[in-house]
Amino acid sequence: MVSVITDSLRAAIGKDSKPRTHLVEAGAIRRFAAAIGDPNPIYHDDHVADNSSYAGIVAPPTFLRLFRPSPAIPEFPNPYANVLDGGSQWEYFDQVRAGDRITVTIRLIDLYEREGSLGNMLFAVRENRFVNQANILVAVDRDTEIYYQGLANV
Amino acid sequence: MCNDTLTGQLYDEDVQVGMTIPTLEKRPDLQQLVMYASASEDYHEIHYDQDFARKQGFPKPIVQGALKSGFLAQLITDWVGDGGRLWKLEIQYRKPDFHGEPMYCMGKVISKYVDGDHYLVECDVWIENSSGEKTVFGTAIVGIPPKTS
Repeated sequence: MVSVITDSLRAAIGKDSKPRTHLVEAGAIRRFAAAIGDPNPIYHDDHVADNSSYAGIVAPPTFLRLFRPSPAIPEFPNPYANVLDGGSQWEYFDQVRAGDRITVTIRLIDLYEREGSLGNMLFAVRENRFVNQANILVAVDRDTEIYYQGLANV
Repeated sequence: MCNDTLTGQLYDEDVQVGMTIPTLEKRPDLQQLVMYASASEDYHEIHYDQDFARKQGFPKPIVQGALKSGFLAQLITDWVGDGGRLWKLEIQYRKPDFHGEPMYCMGKVISKYVDGDHYLVECDVWIENSSGEKTVFGTAIVGIPPKTS
């Protein structure tokens, strides 16, 4: 197997994207929970949420997926045409509330290759860090994306 | 943090290693995948375009990985109730799931420990398809309050 991890690819590891700030809108929380099919009232009912241990409407755990940096993925000389989502590692430190302003940055933290059912696959692990308006780190999400040639070329 | 007025609140004393989490069944249709594409602002065609999915070697559009993570997060938050908190959720997508097909979101307690003031429970979580294949693997760490606090 010939490695596709060139020096220029490797040089992308460890560089932070530009930060980007997003407003947490109550409507976006409601639509996100509805898309999951999660009827929990802490995502849409002010009265129930105010009287819960959360003391107000909060975002579902995977909501921050919506907030991408700019550009969404830092410059990356991807050698393959296709990409699949390999997984996520979420760590939570504080709640995300309607009205918060969340600043996200992303950093490529690892690259590795594996031979698999889709041929040679390049795995890219990226860390998204989410900080709120009080400068509190609320969550970290480490995503793995799998780049591959595609069946036609295998 | 404990709220006895909420029915069904889970307490640390109720949780034993090896116990299973009540299964959450999902069967997302194509409309739900489109709703999730919009809600997450990720419009990859593989999640709603039949022809695109076929060209990629799939029989029909596949369920978003992030939506599967959302299902497993709901599995946990439904289980732990108002007083519980999700602290970590690690998910790996192993096989595609397809719209219109049942997905069984499941979990099992694998350890319990105390860290400072936090009563923590580690769980395996996964999704099985209608053939009983595990399509998603993961672990979750949750805080569950003790009755006695």
